[in-house]
Amino acid sequence: MLASIALFLQRAVVQGIPLLFGSTGEIITEKSGNLNLGIPGIMYVGGISGVIGAFFYERSTATPNAFLSILIPFLAALAGSALMALIYSFLTITLRANQNVTGLALTIFGEGIGNFFGGSLANLFGEGGSIAMTATSNLFRKALPFAEKLGNIGTVFFSYGFLAYLAILIALLTAWYFNHTRSGLHLRAVGESPATADAAGINVTKYKYMATCIGGAIAGLGGLYYIMDYTNGVWTNGGFGDRGWLAIALVIFALWKPNIGILGSILFGGLYVIYLFIPGLDRSSQELFKMLPYVVTILVLVLTSIRKKREYQPPESLGLSYFREER
Amino acid sequence: MNSNAALELRNVTKHFGSVVANKNVDLTVRKGEILSILGENGSGKTTLMNMIAGIYYPDDGQIFIDGKEVVIRSPKDAYRYHIGMIHQHFKLVDIFSAAENIVLGLEEKGSFNLKKATERVREISAKYGFEIDPEKKIYQMSVSEKQTVEIIKVLYRGADILILDEPTAVLTPQETQKLFSVLRKMRDDGKAIIIITHKLHEVLALSDRVTVLRKGEYIDTVITAETNEAQLTEMMVGKKITLDIDRSEPKNPQDRLFVKDICCVSRDGVKLLDNVSFTARSGEILGIAGIAGSGQRELLEAIAGLQHLSSGEITYIDPESGSEEDLRDKTPLQIRDMGVRLSFVPEDRLGMGLVGNMDIIENMMLRSYQKGKSMFLERKKPKTLAESIINQLEVVTPNATTPVRRLSGGNVQKVLVGREIASAPTVLMAAYPVRGLDINSSYTIYNLLNQQKENGVAVIFVGEDLDVLLELCDRILVLGGGKVTGIEDARTTTKEAIGLLMTKTDGGDET
Amino acid sequence: MSKSTIKAKEPLFHIAKRDAMPLWKSWLIRLVAIVAALVVCGIVVVLLTDLNPLEVYQTMFKGAFGSKRKIWATAQNTAILLCISLAVTPAFKMRFWNIGAEGQVLIGCLATAACMILLGDKLPTPLLFLVMIAASIAAGAVWAMIPAFFKANWNTNETLFTLMMNYVAIQLVSYFITIWENPKGSASIGIINMNSQAGWFPYLFNQKYLLNILIVAVITIGLYIYLKYNKHGYEISVVGESENTARYVGMNVKKVIIRTMALSGAICGIAGLLLVAGTDHTMTTDTAGGQGFTAIMVSWLAKFNPLTMILVSLLIVFLDQGAGAIATAFRLNKSISDILTGIILFFIIGCEFFINYQILFNKKHKEEK
Repeated sequence: MLASIALFLQRAVVQGIPLLFGSTGEIITEKSGNLNLGIPGIMYVGGISGVIGAFFYERSTATPNAFLSILIPFLAALAGSALMALIYSFLTITLRANQNVTGLALTIFGEGIGNFFGGSLANLFGEGGSIAMTATSNLFRKALPFAEKLGNIGTVFFSYGFLAYLAILIALLTAWYFNHTRSGLHLRAVGESPATADAAGINVTKYKYMATCIGGAIAGLGGLYYIMDYTNGVWTNGGFGDRGWLAIALVIFALWKPNIGILGSILFGGLYVIYLFIPGLDRSSQELFKMLPYVVTILVLVLTSIRKKREYQPPESLGLSYFREER
Repeated sequence: MNSNAALELRNVTKHFGSVVANKNVDLTVRKGEILSILGENGSGKTTLMNMIAGIYYPDDGQIFIDGKEVVIRSPKDAYRYHIGMIHQHFKLVDIFSAAENIVLGLEEKGSFNLKKATERVREISAKYGFEIDPEKKIYQMSVSEKQTVEIIKVLYRGADILILDEPTAVLTPQETQKLFSVLRKMRDDGKAIIIITHKLHEVLALSDRVTVLRKGEYIDTVITAETNEAQLTEMMVGKKITLDIDRSEPKNPQDRLFVKDICCVSRDGVKLLDNVSFTARSGEILGIAGIAGSGQRELLEAIAGLQHLSSGEITYIDPESGSEEDLRDKTPLQIRDMGVRLSFVPEDRLGMGLVGNMDIIENMMLRSYQKGKSMFLERKKPKTLAESIINQLEVVTPNATTPVRRLSGGNVQKVLVGREIASAPTVLMAAYPVRGLDINSSYTIYNLLNQQKENGVAVIFVGEDLDVLLELCDRILVLGGGKVTGIEDARTTTKEAIGLLMTKTDGGDET
Repeated sequence: MSKSTIKAKEPLFHIAKRDAMPLWKSWLIRLVAIVAALVVCGIVVVLLTDLNPLEVYQTMFKGAFGSKRKIWATAQNTAILLCISLAVTPAFKMRFWNIGAEGQVLIGCLATAACMILLGDKLPTPLLFLVMIAASIAAGAVWAMIPAFFKANWNTNETLFTLMMNYVAIQLVSYFITIWENPKGSASIGIINMNSQAGWFPYLFNQKYLLNILIVAVITIGLYIYLKYNKHGYEISVVGESENTARYVGMNVKKVIIRTMALSGAICGIAGLLLVAGTDHTMTTDTAGGQGFTAIMVSWLAKFNPLTMILVSLLIVFLDQGAGAIATAFRLNKSISDILTGIILFFIIGCEFFINYQILFNKKHKEEK
C-alpha cells in the first residue's frame, strides 16, 4: 500500500514537471502583461529542438561525452523556445498585434514544427523509422544514486532526473524574484499598469521582451523534460498532447504564484494518473478523471472573479498592448 | 537667457494626427519659484507638460535644462534631469503598497531593500508634514492620500523640477490649503514648481509667475503680483468675456421632477450623493455648480437610471396627465417605456453618449433602434434626422456616414445634443455640454438649451464656468462633497456666493 | 551633477497612430503581406525539398484544385472552417474573446453522434434529422452560455474560461467514445450506423459535400444580414464598442452578452453536426481538428466581415491542401502545412501594424554632434 502511494506520488510528479515548467514560464510572461497562448507551441518546439540537438550530437561522434550530451540538447531547447517567444514578442510588443491571435498562430506554428521535424528528421537525413534518443535520454533520466537505497522516500523524493529538480528550483527562484527584487517589482508593475511603469522610468518594452523570451525558454524546458525524461527520448507526433494548455490552466489555478504552481503541478499530474491507482476504474471513468484539472481551474477562475480579492486577480493589463502616446 | 532658469522650452510643437496640440510654445521656469500654467480646457497645458515629462515626444522645438539643450525621450530621461510630474490621473499601481510605488523604477545601488525605502518615505513625510502609511495598498487609499504618494514619489527621486497637473481638482479646500503650504515649502527649498490649473484664485494665491496658453499657443507670461483676475481671464479666453446669453423669464413653470433625499454609495463605501433634494421645473434652466467630482455625474446618472441609489426618491410628473411616476432604480429602458421623455447629454461624449467608430446615422439609431416591431433596423428615419441635424446645427462633416470620432469636439457635441433634443424631451439633462468647445459652438449649445427652455422643457445644466451658469440659468444648485450646499436664484446671486458654497463641504469630518 | 553628462541624442524615428487609412490602401498592405508570406513559404519549402520554386507553387495549386475531387474537398474544408469562423464572429464583434469554439464544435459533434447512435434506428428519418439539428444547436449554445453567464455577472475572464471549456469538452467526448466503443477495445466508435446510414446527410446531385456547403452558404448570408441589418446585430456592435454607451441607451448588456454567445455556440453546434452527420460519420476527440482555433484567426483577419471570411478561409484551406500535396509528393510529414499556415498568419497579423500606425523619422533642425 505504502509503496503504491509512493509510486503514485512519483508518477504525479513526473506528470507534473512539464506543466510546472510551462506554467512558471507563462507566469513570468503574464506578469509582464502578455497572455501568450503560444506556450503549447513553444513547448513543442522546446522538445523538438532538444531532440534535434541530441540527434546531431549523437550522429557526430562515436564516443559521446556525457556532459555535452546533456548540454547540447538543453541549450538547443532553450534557444528554440526563446526564438519562438521572440516571434511572439516582436508581433505583440513591437507591432502591437492582438495577443490572442498571435499566440494561437504561434501554437499552430510550433506544433507544426514539432510534428514536422519529429516525423521527418529521420527521413530527411536518410534513415528510416522513428527517432529514439535513448542514450541521451538515459543521461537525462539519471536519478540520484542513493534513491533506490531509501525505499519509498527515495522513490518520492530522489528518483527523478535533474530537470525535475531544476523545475522546482526555477519556480522557487521566480517566486523569490517577484517579491524580493527590484527588477521583480518592476516586472509586476509593467503587467499591472504599463503606463505607470513607463512614467516611473521603467523600460516597458525591454521588460516585456525579456519576460516573454525568458518565460518562453523556461516553458520550452517542459517540452525537453517530456521528451528526454518522460518518454525515454522517443518522439511521437502529437504525443505531448494538451499539456501546454494544462500549463496555462495551472497559471490560473496557481493565482499567478509560481510557488503555488509547484503544488498545483503535482496535483494536476496526480489527477492525470490517479485512474491508474484507483482499483476497479474502467477506462471511461479514467477520461472523467482527466477532466478534473480543467474543471478545478474553471472553479478557481469563477471563485476568484466572484470574490474579487485584488491580490488574486490576473495582472491588470493582461492581454493589452501598450502604446505610450495612446490618448 | 536667464541664468537662474531651471527649465526652458523654445518653439515646442506637437501634433496628434491633424490636431495641433501645441504650437511654438516657449516657457521658462526658474529655480525657487512657482509657475502657473493657465489655460482653458483643451489649451494644450497637459500635452506640453507631458513632453517635459517624457510621455510625449515633441514634433519640433528645443528643451533646455540649466541652460543646456537636452532630449527627453522617455520618463526615465526626465527623471535623470530631475524632472518629476504628478499626473492628473495618478500613475500608481493599485495593488502595490505606497512604498512599492514610490521606489518603482528606481535603480539604486545595492540590494533591494523595501524597509530602508520605507524609512526614507517616513523621513520625507516628516520633513514636509505628510501623513501617510507607506505599507498601505493604493486601492485602499483616498484620492488625497494617492496624491500624497505621487508627491513623495517625485521627492524621493530628488526631483528639482516638479510639475503638477490640476492637483486641486479632486481635493477639498482643506486638502488644497495643505498642498499649497507643502508646495511653498518646496519652493523655499529651491525647487522649480510648475502647476497646471484653470482656477484663477489658486493662481493668484500660490504662484510667482503665470504663463498663459490658449488653443495650444503661448500667449504671455506675467508676474502674479502685477496682474489681476480680469487681465488673466482676458489672456486666457482672448477677449473680455461679455457673454450676452439671452435669458427669458420662465413661462408658466411647473414642477416636473422631484428629487428627494437621494443617497448613493460607491463600491468602496464612499458617499457620492448625500441626501440630495431638489425640484426641476418646466420652462426653467436649473444649473448645477460644484468642483469636479462633487457628485454631479452620479446625480444625473441616478436620474437617468444608470446609478443605483441606496435611498431616496425620484418622482416624475407627467405634463399631460399630471400623474406621478417613480423613477428610482428603473433602467433607462423602463423609464422610456413609462412614457417619460428624458434626454441626457453625458459628460463623456464619445465614451457614453455616442459610439466613436459608428457614423452619424448609426449614432442616431442609438435612441431609436428599438422602435417598431420589425427585426430589422430602420435606417430611413435616422438618416433624415442625421441630415437635418447636420443642416440645422451646421455640423461640419464630409457626410452623414462619417464616423463621429473623426469630427471635431464641437461637432461631436452638436450631433449628441441634436439627437437628444430630437426626441422632444420634457426633461433635458446636460453635463458640461460646452467643455472643450470653441466660443461659437458654445453659443450654439446655449441657444439650443434656451430654446428647449422656452418650449417648456425642464433643463438641468451641469457647468463649470460660473459666468455661464450665472447668465444662462434661472436657478443654481451647488453641490459640495455630494451634498446640496445651496440653491440660489441666478439673477440675484453673485459669483462669490456660489464660489463660497462650492467650497463648503461641511468640512471637518474629512480629517 | 550628473545631468550635464547625458548626451543629447535624438532617436532615429518614433511611432505615431495613424488617422484612418483609405480602404484600398489597407487591403493593398494586406495583399502585399500575403504575397510576401507566400514567398517565404516557398523559400522554406525549397530549402526542405530542393525543389524549384515554381514547382512548389504548382504542386500546391494542384493539391488544392488539381482534380474535381480535390476541388470538392477544398470547398468542403473551406465550408467547415468558414462555418466555425462565422460562429465566433458575433462574440468577437462584441469584444468577447471566445476561444472555446473547438469545444463548442465538439459538443455539437457529441450531441449529433448521440442522436445517431441512440435514436438512429428508432425514429423516422425526417424526425431524426430534426432531433439532431435541435440537439447539436442546443448543445453548442449551452456550452457557450456557461462562460457567458459568468462573464456577464462577475466579469470572469472569458478567454481563459472558454479555453478551459475546450478540454472539458474533449474529455467528455473521450468518455463517450469509451462508452460507445465499436468494436470493443478499438478505442473508437467506428462508422456510426454503417449499414442503415441513419442520420447521414443525403447526397445532393450525387455530391456528398454539397449539402454541407449549401448550409454554410445560408449561414454566411444569414449572419451577414444579422450583423448588419438586424437590431441584435446593432446591439452587438454597440456593446463591443462601448459598454457604457450600451447601458446609457438602455440595452441590457448582460442579456446581449449571453444571447450573442448562445448564437456563437449554436453555430459551432451546427458545425459539429456537419462534421459528424455530413462528413465523417464518426467522432473522435480530433474531429474539430484545431479548426476552432484557426477560425478565430480567420474571423479576426477578415475584420469580422462574413463575406471577407470566405476568402480568408479559402486561403487557409488552400495552404493546408497545397502543403499536404507537397508533403505527399516528397514523403514529408503533413505537419508542414501547419508551419506554412503559421508563417502566413504571422505576416497578416504583423501587417496590421502598418495599417494602424505610422513611423515618423525625426528631422532635426540642427546637426547632431
